[in-house]
Amino acid sequence: MNRLFLAVFNRLTIGVPYLWLIIFFLVPFAIVFKISLSETAIQMPPYNPVFDGVDTAEKLKSLSIANYTFLTEDPLYYRSYLSSISTAGIATFLALLIGFPLAYGMARAPSTLRPTLLMLVILPFWTSFLIRVYAWIGILKPEGLLNQLLIGLNIIDTPLQIMNTYYAVYIGIVYSYLPFMVLPIYSALEKMDYSLIEAAQDLGCTPTKAFWKITFPLAMPGIIAGCFLVFIPATGEFVIPDLLGGSSTLMIGKTLWNEFFSNRDWPVSSAVAVILLMLLVIPIMLFQNAQAKAQEAGK
Amino acid sequence: MNTSWSRFNVSSVIFGFAFLYLPILLLVIFSFNESKLVTVWGGFSTKWYASLFKNQGLMDAAWVTIRVALLSATMATVLGTLGALALTRYTRFRGRILFSGMIYAPLVMPEVITGLSLLLLFVAVGFDRGFWTVTLAHTTLTMCFVAVVVQSRLITFDRSLEEAAMDLGATPFKTFLYITLPVILPAVISGWMLAFTLSLDDLVIASFTSGPGATTLPMKIYSQVRLGVTPEINAVCTLMIAFVAVGVILTALLNRRREVQRVQDEQAALRG
Repeated sequence: MNRLFLAVFNRLTIGVPYLWLIIFFLVPFAIVFKISLSETAIQMPPYNPVFDGVDTAEKLKSLSIANYTFLTEDPLYYRSYLSSISTAGIATFLALLIGFPLAYGMARAPSTLRPTLLMLVILPFWTSFLIRVYAWIGILKPEGLLNQLLIGLNIIDTPLQIMNTYYAVYIGIVYSYLPFMVLPIYSALEKMDYSLIEAAQDLGCTPTKAFWKITFPLAMPGIIAGCFLVFIPATGEFVIPDLLGGSSTLMIGKTLWNEFFSNRDWPVSSAVAVILLMLLVIPIMLFQNAQAKAQEAGK
Repeated sequence: MNTSWSRFNVSSVIFGFAFLYLPILLLVIFSFNESKLVTVWGGFSTKWYASLFKNQGLMDAAWVTIRVALLSATMATVLGTLGALALTRYTRFRGRILFSGMIYAPLVMPEVITGLSLLLLFVAVGFDRGFWTVTLAHTTLTMCFVAVVVQSRLITFDRSLEEAAMDLGATPFKTFLYITLPVILPAVISGWMLAFTLSLDDLVIASFTSGPGATTLPMKIYSQVRLGVTPEINAVCTLMIAFVAVGVILTALLNRRREVQRVQDEQAALRG
């Protein structure tokens, strides 16, 4: 009896979340893929969400790659993909430049202070993403606080145009995703044994050399995890390029959004999503691999 | 270590935190601005908060958001805790790689993809978009975050406690309820909190999966922000920040008290 109960209990523990994720995570991707292959003519107007099952099955028989060829013909799409990747790449690098010294400083702080510092890094993550992006509009716009400050200090005469440029998008991404960069690097550095540095210096290593030979390689798993955690979501980011980048910046998340909500072309936006997923599948799998390895190491 | 390094460390920490907190601080300050301009100080005033509570649309959206967040966070906590148990307890079952992939992938998946795919699912099965579709979508996204949080606690869990309980005749269910759950409870609570705030914040997935009558607060804020920055929005944001901050600090205090209590109990048990 007890054994039977245990078996059922185990089955449910695995089965319930498994089934849920298959229905709400895996199946939806299959549907996106299917719709991306359907004719643009079958698009359902969003104001009429009733979907005729029989009708659809027939229509879906005429699968076509027309939507994908369309994506290659219009330069808007590949430019969006390219600029998404480069923007996310540059922003990830900038986040590393700011995040690493912060994580390092935290890891070297007195151990009584560390939990508080850690809490302070996590806290912004709990406040709304939208609000944090919105906060930068008041700072960056031409008559905003940053320009007021710089003009007040006589550093510049005319307001800098930062809003609606890629610079604003970089700032937004670095700001929003910084905790994701800091936390993995911090946890790698915190475990590090600093007597290694002393040993290296005793043996005649300069501090710079000791940093590159010891600290940096030991922080590498954290750096890799941090870079993935920033780069992958930033590539498909919508809110930041939309609110801070304006119409002069191109990013694929925004293109997909417009295709869906403004042009109401569901098949083409599905094709855009499929290509984006294909671009990200390699970094996502690398990330999962690193994550699984870290879990194993933690055991 | 020489002092120049530690000075460098301190300044990089200060710079990092200034960068993280100044924008939020400025946003809060300007919510108390008398002037309608959000960047020019015109004196202290709380009038934007008063006008906020008269804004029926905003209040309705806030109510929808809170209901979605409460419900989806609770469902996500149950599912995510089960998922974490499955991942840590059963190292070998059919499709484990797929399972762990489905747990980790939503953490980094661009929201536009998740939102679009869930919308297409709801349309395909003829599920009317509204309150329930947003709730289901948020449950799916946030259960993965709960799973990761709970999993990190389960890894350090001493399983001999469970074995002892079962040897003494407790059923697996009872063992879970009286041994496992109390130990992982702080992680489960933080998981719930995380799920709740993520649901509270989400704009993109809600925009895709929501329908008429289920406009959430972030959707409302977004549509107003696109029209221009106003102190009223600053006031809403300040209230949301305060709400979340109070919640986070309360949970942290609660967790600390539980932890202290647990350590005391353990010591008492050892003295026996």
